Amino acid sequence: MKTDDLVALLSTNLEPVDRSPVVRALCIALAIGIVVALGIAFVGLGVRSDLTTTRALIFLAVKLAFAIGIVGLAMVYLTRLARPGGERKTSSFLVALPFLVVVLLAAVSLGSAPRAHWDRMIVGGEWLECLLSIPIIAIVPFAVSIWAVRKGAPTNLARAGAFAGLVAGGVSAIAYALHCTDDSLPFIAVWYGGTIVLCTLAGAALGPRLLRW
Amino acid sequence: MTTGEIELKALMLASLGGDAASHRVLLDRLSGRLRAYYRGKLAGMGKVAAEAEDLVQEAVLAIHLNRHTYDPGEPLTPWVHAIARYKLVDFLRRTRASLADVPIEEADEVMAHDDHNAAESSYDIRRLMERLSKNMRCAVEAVKLDGLSTAEAAKRCGLSESGVKINVHRGLRMLAALIARETRT
Repeated sequence: MKTDDLVALLSTNLEPVDRSPVVRALCIALAIGIVVALGIAFVGLGVRSDLTTTRALIFLAVKLAFAIGIVGLAMVYLTRLARPGGERKTSSFLVALPFLVVVLLAAVSLGSAPRAHWDRMIVGGEWLECLLSIPIIAIVPFAVSIWAVRKGAPTNLARAGAFAGLVAGGVSAIAYALHCTDDSLPFIAVWYGGTIVLCTLAGAALGPRLLRW
Repeated sequence: MTTGEIELKALMLASLGGDAASHRVLLDRLSGRLRAYYRGKLAGMGKVAAEAEDLVQEAVLAIHLNRHTYDPGEPLTPWVHAIARYKLVDFLRRTRASLADVPIEEADEVMAHDDHNAAESSYDIRRLMERLSKNMRCAVEAVKLDGLSTAEAAKRCGLSESGVKINVHRGLRMLAALIARETRT
């Protein structure tokens, strides 16, 4: 076929373009992801029973601030990465910021506690449940994020996949925080931070396969 | 910023608004630049002109199908370059050439030269269309090849008007996928 013929074909009866289907799809995906994740936390895991105590509320707020910060930043970058060439406008440093802050706070908290408490603060009571729950709850948010990014045309598939995984891990952590009763900054840094990083790596590995166009 | 960028961006904005004449000029200008870009890239790899033309057409289709991802607040050149390069890397991966052959480059490279010595690509769109579903084929033929209005096409294909639009859109996406598969040699 001649390229001129293709150009003529594509230009015939051209329709005006709907300008924001990608942003819209990403917002819908985020909403669906949050609803499903919260549903699992409420119905499957149950909300922590001591939510009326101040200490529980403070730690819930810390966990939510960490997770929401990650989701917010990751969404901004995922919106860029869904467009061709968007990878030129992503800064990994800014996305690492919530992780750095929480690790710093964890270090301060460990430093001010007696060494004998360290094991308890880092390992907590339910580290295994956290390690499993966050990636499992992240599956649906990840799937809908990938669906949304596919509405666009990412040109760096590993990075776009990684950010879809980061959004999903963050959304999952928001939901899991409602259930989790392990209240220490080192626990949040290691198990929340660690599992969200795991989701990000899984996304980076799956991106090239799931996002090709 | 080059004069090409300013002129092509204006054409792009008009074509996003639905101006078919601008769209045609835009795709025509871009295909000249893409041809020079791909011929330059493939020259050292022992590839023939038809392969460069396959890539030009894949990129033109990708630009058309993904024009909704262009942000008017940004320059056009890096967007075109990202698509052109993505299609090149994808093509080399499909044909199992070494990926190390595509060095980092400046976005302007894609606009640097113009080549209007078009060759023919290796596929026949009429033959590929036979592999579309009946509704997609009818809608693409009526609207894109025969130039019928959406209402006329709806009557001919026995679809609603929105059904015609959806089938044209899906049909072109399917064609792009078929072309990519066809050139996997």
